[in-house]
Amino acid sequence: MDGIHDMGGMDGFGPVVPEPNEPVFHAPWEGRVLAMNRAMGAAGAWNIDMSRASRENLPPEVYLTSSYYKRWLLGMENLAVARGLVDRDELAAGRALRPGKPLKRGRLAPADVARVLVRGAFGRPTNTAAKFKIGDRVRARNIHPRTHTRLPRYVRGRVGVVELVHGCHVFPDTVALDQGENPQWLYTVVFEARELWGDDADPTLRVSVDAFEPYLEPA
Amino acid sequence: MAHKDDKHHDHHEHHHRHDHGSELSEMQIRVRALETILTEKGYVDPATLDAIIEAYETRIGPHNGARVVAKAWVDPDFKRALLEDGTKAVGTLGHVSRVGDHLVVVENTPKRHNMVVCTLCSCYPWEMLGLPPVWYKSAPYRSRAVKDPRGVLKDFGVTLPADTEIRVWDSTAETRYLVLPMRPAGTEDWSEERLAQLVTRDSMIGTGLPKSPDQVR
Repeated sequence: MDGIHDMGGMDGFGPVVPEPNEPVFHAPWEGRVLAMNRAMGAAGAWNIDMSRASRENLPPEVYLTSSYYKRWLLGMENLAVARGLVDRDELAAGRALRPGKPLKRGRLAPADVARVLVRGAFGRPTNTAAKFKIGDRVRARNIHPRTHTRLPRYVRGRVGVVELVHGCHVFPDTVALDQGENPQWLYTVVFEARELWGDDADPTLRVSVDAFEPYLEPA
Repeated sequence: MAHKDDKHHDHHEHHHRHDHGSELSEMQIRVRALETILTEKGYVDPATLDAIIEAYETRIGPHNGARVVAKAWVDPDFKRALLEDGTKAVGTLGHVSRVGDHLVVVENTPKRHNMVVCTLCSCYPWEMLGLPPVWYKSAPYRSRAVKDPRGVLKDFGVTLPADTEIRVWDSTAETRYLVLPMRPAGTEDWSEERLAQLVTRDSMIGTGLPKSPDQVR
């Protein structure tokens, strides 16, 4: 979706302000939100792209005025409801009003936490030939799906060069919709800054994105 | 119900905890409510949540990445393997946290400086660097890193030569990028352990440089 989350190249947000000696969490509730999301994902309640989509779907004014973990909380509430795992009246009541439903992999036990601390593998066996190879010129398609996608707006329609080929990976656009993994070839495509930002761009700058094959066409 | 005060808050909401205690307690209440519901429905175990939080607060942080970088600085074979396949190479180091698939390590050279961003959200090599700092997830960084990285570097107090190539990696899939910074001069006889002290989190994101030898003992 062409959402507020797709921020690459926007102006006006001001300087980056690093915080010296930043704590891991700024309040205990932030840790609870992160841990709940990880535990629910591990239990099979949802996948990472559904989780991303739930945040991208927040109204832009809410997205921009909420802290990072507040966005996670709001997204998670909506996602739990959308997945039929929690009802709105329960969120309002602050307690369960109905029994839970079975989760695909079951509740994550404390002894199994180590497994969620290592990233899952998103690579899948390759069952098609790659359409592109390193060095190929490709154009990022001018697509605007209303649903979750990982092709940022600032590269759409632009021509770049394939720099890395990562094999086949789970395709976010379908897995976010619970329509299966639909593995696709994944490439790192690098763009000259002038191709992205025009003649005034920094001539020393090149920017890459990781792009799935359906996002690309020969150029 | 939760949004009435939102307009007073930017992404640095936590900086205002003393002025806006009511907002924070509202968040505490709302988060506790969700945890209660998920627990009562049998979806999560609070002890599991404690263990996840504890891991991120105590064990998983930039010290993991720093040890990988220091090793690459002293061991050319390891460095070659690391640049070839980051996940595989890190996996051979028993003393560093296990790392998930698709870790790509990119090397800074006198000619080229790498910087990592996730313009869409916050993708970041958690196992190497811990959880990302607030600025990495913020609109200013995500919007500008791909368009004006030299301006961003200035915000961090870093100026690079005008002819250095800047290479920005936007983490838009499940690949994760770690910058291998240049080894500081004057450290030729340093041990791996001592070198690791020079490796900052920001130097592995590309918004900073390693410390100079005189900044550590």
